[in-house]
Amino acid sequence: METWLIIFILLPVLGFLISLIMPDSRENLVAWSAFGTLGIHLNLAVLFVGWWLIQGMPVLHGKEWILYETTGYTFFLTLYFDRITAAYLLVGSLLIFLVMLYSKTYLHREAGYKRYFNTTLLFFSGFSLAIFAGNFETLFMGWEILGISSFLLISFYRNRYLPVKNAVKIFSIYRIGDVGILLAMWMSHHLWHENITFLKLGNDALVSHHLEEHSMVGAFVSLALLVAAAAKSAQLPFSSWLPRAMEGPTPSSAIFYGSLAVHMGVFLMLRTFPFWEHQASVRVLVGLMGLTTALVASGIARVQSSIKSQIAYASIAQIGLMFIELALGFRDLVLLHVAGNAFLRTYQLLVSPSAVTYLIREQFYSYSPNQRSLENWLPCRLRNSLYLLSLKEWNLDSLMYRTLWNPLKWLGHKLDFLDLKRALLILLPIYAAGLMLLWQEDHIPASLHTWLPELFALIGLLAVLKSFVERKKVRLSLALIVMNHFWIALAISFNEKFEAVHTLLYLSGIVLSGAVGWAALHWLKKQDYGIDLDQFHGHVYQYPRTALLFFLAAVGLTGFPITPTAIGEDLLFSHIHENQMLLATFVSLSLIIDGLAAIRIYARVFLGPHVKTYHEVAHRSS
Amino acid sequence: MKTTVHATALFDEARVLHDLSHYLPAQAPLKDFVHHNTLHAFQDRSFFEALRESSEIFGYKSSLTIEEFRELYRRGLIQERILQQQLKDAYGEQHLKMWLQRMFQQPYDDPGQPRIGALRDQWKQCHHIDLDNLVHPTLFRLLCNYLDQGISIWPFPLANLSLLEALRHLERDSWVSLFQSKRAKALLLDEQIGLRDLLALVVGKEEWFDQYLFDQQFRHQGWSGMVAAVENQPMGLLDSRAASLRDLIHVELLLEIDALDRVLGPGWQPLAADTGEAPEALLAPVLPTERDEVIRRWQEALEWSFFDQILAGIQQNRLVMPAVREKSFQALFCIDDREGSFRRYLESYDPNCETFGTPGFFGVDTYFQPQDGQFYTKVCPNPVRPKHLIKEYQSAKKRQRDAHFSKHAHSFHSGWLITQTLGFWSALRLFINLFRPSMSPATSSSFQHMDPFARLTIENRDPADVENELQIGYTVDEMAERVYRVLGSIGLVKEFAPLVYVVGHGASSVNNPHYAAYDCGACSGRAGSVNARAFAYMANHLSVRELLRKRGIDIPASTHFLGALRDTTRDDITFFDIDSLSLANQQRHAVNEAVYTRASQCNAKERSRRFDSIESHLAPEVIHKLVQRRSVSLFEPRPELNHATNALCIVGQRSLSRGMFMDRRAFLNSYDWRLDADGAHLLNILNAAVPVCGGINLEYYFSRVDNQKLGAGSKLPHNVMGLVGVANGMDGDLRPGLPKQMIEVHDPLRLLLIVEQRPDLVMDVIRRNEATYGWIRGGWVLLVAVEPETRAMYRFEEGKWLPYEPLTGPLEQVNNLETLIESHQDNFPVYLINQPN
Repeated sequence: METWLIIFILLPVLGFLISLIMPDSRENLVAWSAFGTLGIHLNLAVLFVGWWLIQGMPVLHGKEWILYETTGYTFFLTLYFDRITAAYLLVGSLLIFLVMLYSKTYLHREAGYKRYFNTTLLFFSGFSLAIFAGNFETLFMGWEILGISSFLLISFYRNRYLPVKNAVKIFSIYRIGDVGILLAMWMSHHLWHENITFLKLGNDALVSHHLEEHSMVGAFVSLALLVAAAAKSAQLPFSSWLPRAMEGPTPSSAIFYGSLAVHMGVFLMLRTFPFWEHQASVRVLVGLMGLTTALVASGIARVQSSIKSQIAYASIAQIGLMFIELALGFRDLVLLHVAGNAFLRTYQLLVSPSAVTYLIREQFYSYSPNQRSLENWLPCRLRNSLYLLSLKEWNLDSLMYRTLWNPLKWLGHKLDFLDLKRALLILLPIYAAGLMLLWQEDHIPASLHTWLPELFALIGLLAVLKSFVERKKVRLSLALIVMNHFWIALAISFNEKFEAVHTLLYLSGIVLSGAVGWAALHWLKKQDYGIDLDQFHGHVYQYPRTALLFFLAAVGLTGFPITPTAIGEDLLFSHIHENQMLLATFVSLSLIIDGLAAIRIYARVFLGPHVKTYHEVAHRSS
Repeated sequence: MKTTVHATALFDEARVLHDLSHYLPAQAPLKDFVHHNTLHAFQDRSFFEALRESSEIFGYKSSLTIEEFRELYRRGLIQERILQQQLKDAYGEQHLKMWLQRMFQQPYDDPGQPRIGALRDQWKQCHHIDLDNLVHPTLFRLLCNYLDQGISIWPFPLANLSLLEALRHLERDSWVSLFQSKRAKALLLDEQIGLRDLLALVVGKEEWFDQYLFDQQFRHQGWSGMVAAVENQPMGLLDSRAASLRDLIHVELLLEIDALDRVLGPGWQPLAADTGEAPEALLAPVLPTERDEVIRRWQEALEWSFFDQILAGIQQNRLVMPAVREKSFQALFCIDDREGSFRRYLESYDPNCETFGTPGFFGVDTYFQPQDGQFYTKVCPNPVRPKHLIKEYQSAKKRQRDAHFSKHAHSFHSGWLITQTLGFWSALRLFINLFRPSMSPATSSSFQHMDPFARLTIENRDPADVENELQIGYTVDEMAERVYRVLGSIGLVKEFAPLVYVVGHGASSVNNPHYAAYDCGACSGRAGSVNARAFAYMANHLSVRELLRKRGIDIPASTHFLGALRDTTRDDITFFDIDSLSLANQQRHAVNEAVYTRASQCNAKERSRRFDSIESHLAPEVIHKLVQRRSVSLFEPRPELNHATNALCIVGQRSLSRGMFMDRRAFLNSYDWRLDADGAHLLNILNAAVPVCGGINLEYYFSRVDNQKLGAGSKLPHNVMGLVGVANGMDGDLRPGLPKQMIEVHDPLRLLLIVEQRPDLVMDVIRRNEATYGWIRGGWVLLVAVEPETRAMYRFEEGKWLPYEPLTGPLEQVNNLETLIESHQDNFPVYLINQPN
C-alpha cells in the first residue's frame, strides 16, 4: 500500500506541469489539465481510503528518499498516511475538484486564466506534499510551496495596489510561520540527533524518554510549532491576515482561505500531537490561544459589514474552537470539525455575491427598525468599548508593524548612509578579514572565537535589514540579500568544523539566484530607466517574462526548494548548537527578512499599479 | 494664477461640498441600479471637451487610445472611406494628407499625471507619510458599518444619528478610543470645531482648502460618491441613514490628524508649511491638444462606420409591408435593445402580427408594494415622482429561506454545531449546483417581483384611499389618460387585433450583486410585470374605453389586452390573468403562445452566439435549455450580456427598421409621425428616451473605455460591502460603474438617435425641453432626422441640420439568419433581411 502514496503527490505535480505547457489562449485545455488530473486524484483518493478502511486503517509509512547524506546528517523525504492524512486528503481533493470545475466557467475570459490554474495546481501539490509528509523536512517543503502559491493567488490581480500590498503582508506572516518550523526542526535535530519521522514521533515511549531529559527543549519545539500553526491558521495574534487574503477571484478565496490553507495550522498541531500531548503547559497554552481567538474573532465577525471578512472571522473563530478541541485531545472531533468548516466556508464564500439579493429581500419583507442584538444587555460603556475594539480588529493588523517590522525598519534606516559603493568598501574588507580569521582559526583566542559566529551573523542581519528598508537602489538591495547569506555561511563556519561542501551547497543556489535576479534587473533598467523601491511599478504588465524570471530568482533567494539552497539551509541550521539561542535568533531573523526583502523587490518593481498610462490603471484605493 | 478650485479665493464650505457632490460618482446603492452618464458632472460641456477635461483633471481614460483605434482600423471596424470623408469635411481636401499622417503614424505621448491628488500627495513627497494607508482602512470600515443594510450581526450602534453624532456618543462613553492621539479625540468631542478649523490644522493655507478636499475625497471616490448619493436620495436605502459628505470629511480629517500625530509626533506643521508653490488649479481650463483632436476624429470615424450602414439600411429597406388581411395579435414591448430580436422572430413566425416599442413601464407611474413588503418599490423611470401606489394582495406565495445566509453560522456556539452539520450539506449543495443548476432562494428571478396569482389594487375605489400621501390605485380618468398617452405615442389607435399583449421585461441571475442593472431601466431596475398587468387592466376597463372613444381611440369590445412578463435572461415569457379571456380569445392565445415559444427559442439561439460555453449550431430548443441553465448557475458571471453593443435608438414606425438585421443594437420606440402634427407625442418620447437610453449608452461607453477607474473592474473578486456596493477585498474603495463582464463585448459608440419626422418639427421639439436638448447639443447623444416621405437624412451638427448621404453602397442581403448566427461571435455589419414572402 505504501507505494501508492507517492501517486497522490505526483498527480497534482503532473497536472501543474501539463498546465504550464498549455497555450494561454486555449482555456479548455488549461482547465482540463487541472480537473483531469484532479478528477483522477479524487477517484483514487476515494478508492484508496476505502481500501485502507477495509485493511483496518493501518498507519502507512513510505520509504525514505535520501537527497543528501553526510556524517551525522541525512536529508531525506518520506511519506506517511494515517487517519489525519485520510481526512485532509478527502476534503482537499473533493473541494479542489469542485472548485476547479466551478472556476472553469467562472474565470472565462479573465486575463490570467492560465496563471490561475497553474497557481492552484501548484498550491494543491504543496498541500498534498504537506499532508502526506512523513517527516518535518518533507512537510516543510510542502509548507513553503503553500506559502509561495498563496502569495501568487492573493496577488492574482497583480496590477492593483491592494492585492499586492496584502500579498506581501501575508507572505511576511507566513514567513514567521516558516521560521517557526525551521526552528522546531533545528531544535529537534538536537533532541533526536536525527531527522525524526512522524512514525517515530508516534512512539510514546521514545518521546517521553527524550522529553524527560530535555523538557525545556521539548517546550521550545512545541512553542515553535505553535507559532507556525497560529500563523498559518490565522490564530491570535496573527488573525488579521485572513480577511485580507480575500483579494483573488472568489473561488480561489473560497478554497484556499475558506478551507484548505487556513486549516493547515490545525494539521500541523494534529500531526505533532504525540509530541506535545504529554506537555501539560503546552496543552494549556494551545487551549488558551484557541479560546481567546474564538472569543475575539467572534466579536470581530459580529461587527463586520462586508460579506467576505465576516465569513473569514467566523471561520477563524471556529478554528479557535478546533485548537481547544485539540488541547482537550479530541482528535477525531477536530477532523470532523475541519471537514465541516471547510465545506461550509467554501460554499458560503462561493455564494457570497448572492447575499445582496437574499438579504435585501429579507430586509424588504421583514425589516424592523429597532433590531436588537445580543450585546444590548451589556452596560453601555463596555458595549461601546467592545464595539470600537472589534471595529478596529483589536489593532491586530497594525500589531505586527508596531512590534516587529517597525523596530526592524528603524534599525535598517540607521544604515541609510550605505550605498552600493560604501557597502562594498566597508563590508568586503571585513568579510575578507573574516575569511582570514577562518583560515587562521586555530590561532584565535577562545574568548573571541565564541563570539565570532554571533558577530558575523549580526553583520549579516544588519545588511539584510538595510536591504529591506532601501528605498532607492534596487540592485543594492538585491546585493545585500546575497551578501547576507555569505555572512551567515561565514558565521556558521566558525561554529563547527564541517565540510566546505555544505557551505557550497548552501551558497550555490544563492549565487545562481542572485545572478539571475541581477541580470533581470539590469535588463529592465536598460528598457526603463528609473526603477526604485519607493513605489510599485507594475512592470509585469509590459514585461511578464522578465518578471517571471526575477520571481524565480527571488524565491530561489528565499530558500524555496528549487535550488540546493533548500537543503543547505537545513544543513547549516543543524550546525548551530542548541545553546546558541542568539545565533539561532540572528540567523532565523535573517532568513525571515531575506525572503521578505526579495519578495519586496519583486513586488515593488514588477507588481502593483503600472507606472505607464497607455492603458487602464485602477485607482490605488480600489 | 488661481490657486483654488474656484476663482474666489477663500473657503466656502457649502459651495465646496456642493461641488464635490457634483463631481463624485453618483451611483445609488445596489438595490436600485439606475444607468446614468458616468461623466454627468461634465454634461454642461460638449462630449469631447468632457473627455479632455475629465482625463486631464481626474486621470480617467475617457476614450480608446489612439493605438486601440488604429487596431480597430486594421480589423476593418473603422472604414477608410468614412474616415477620409470626415477628415475632408473637417479640414478640407488640401489638409487630408497631413491629417492621415497624424491619424496613422504620428506618435503621441501617453497622458501625464492628472491634476487631482497633486496637493495632498505632498505628505508623501515631503514626509514619507502614506496617509491613505493609515486612514482608509478605518474610515472605510466605519462608513461601511454605518451604512450597512443587514450584513453585520451587531449593527452600528446609534445608526439613527448622523455619523459624527454617533461617533461622539461612542467616544464619550467608552474605555477605548477610535484614535490613538488624545488631540484627535478632543477635537472630535469639541462640537465647536468645524471643517475650517480642522483644515487649518492639516492644510494651513485657506486658499488650498478646496483643492485639498477634492484630493482627499477623490482618493476614495467610491465611498464618497456613495455617501453623497445617500445624502441626496435617502430613499436609496431601506434602512435610512442621515449620511452626509460633511460628516465624512470631518471624520476623515480627524483620522488624518490622528495618523499625523502618531507618525510625526505632536509638533508637526500643516501641509502648507513645507510646500512652496501651489499646484495647478484643479478646474482651470484644459487646453486642447492635437492628440485630443486625433482621438476625436477616430471616435467619430468609429461611430459613423456603423451608423452609416444603418442609415443606408433605412433608405434601402423600403419594402412594402405585406398587406395584412386580419391582424393576429399586437404586442407592446419595452424599447429595450434586448427586445428587438425577439420582436423580429415574432414577426417572422407570424407575419400577421404587429409589434410596438415603448418604455417598459407603459406609462404606469407608480410605487408597488408586494404583499408583506415593508417598503414601497418605485416601478417607473427614476426621475419620475409617482403619486400612486399599487398593492399586491391575496398572494399565497411563500418566501424560501437558505440557512447558508443565516447569521447563526457566524456565532461561536451555534456556529460550532452548524459547521459540523450544515457544513456537509454545503458540499452536497455545491456538488448539485455544479452538475444540475436550479433555482434557489439565492437567485434573483424576474418572476419573484410579483405573484401572478395575487391581485393588485390598480383601480382607485375611493379618493380617500391614501397611504403615506400616495393614492392607492388610479381613478378612471387617470387610467384613461395613461392609456391614451401610450397608445397615441406609439400610433396604435385603430385596427386593433383581438389580442394586444403588453409585455414587460425583467431578468434572472444568481450570484450577481448587480442584478438590478439587468432588469427594466424604465422601471428603476425592476421587472415590468406590475406595470404590464396594470396597463392591460386599464385598457380593458369599460369606462376607460368609453373615455378613450371620446378622444378618438375606439377599441372594439372583442379586443382584449393581456399583460405578460418576458425574462430576457431565460427567454421565458409568462402571461397574466389568462382566465379573463373569452373562449375565442383563449383559442387565439393558444396559437399565439406557440409563436412566442418558438420566438423565445430562436432568440435564445441568436443570443447564444456570443456565449463561448454554448455551441450555437445546436437546435434552438436545446440552446434554450442551456440558456435557462446559465441564469441559475452559481459559476456563471455572464447570465446575459445585458445592453452590451447598444448604439442606436430609432423613434419611428416599425417599417423603418423591420427589414434590417441590426444585431440587437437598437432601442426601438414606436412613433407615428402622421399622428403628431404638433410634436406633443415626440416630446414625451424624447424626454424619456434620451436620458434613459443615453444614460445606459454612456454608462456602457465609460465603463468600457476605462473599466478600472470608471467601471467596476472584473466582478470575480468583488466583495459585497454593507449591501450598498461592491469593493475588492476587505479594505478596498467601493467600485461604481459596470463590471468588466458586462461591457467586454461593447463597442464604445455614442447613441445615435434616429427620428422619423419632418426635420423642422424635430428641431422645434428638441428645443422645448432644455434638459433633453442639453444631451443633443453637447453631442452626448447624436441625432439624425429622417424625412418621412423621402427618407432623406439630416444630421444634427452644432444646432443645425446638415444633409447626410450614406456612403455605404447596397447592403448585403441575408437569406438564412440561422447560418449567419452560427458563423461567428463578433459584431455583424448591418444586413437586409430577405423576407420569406
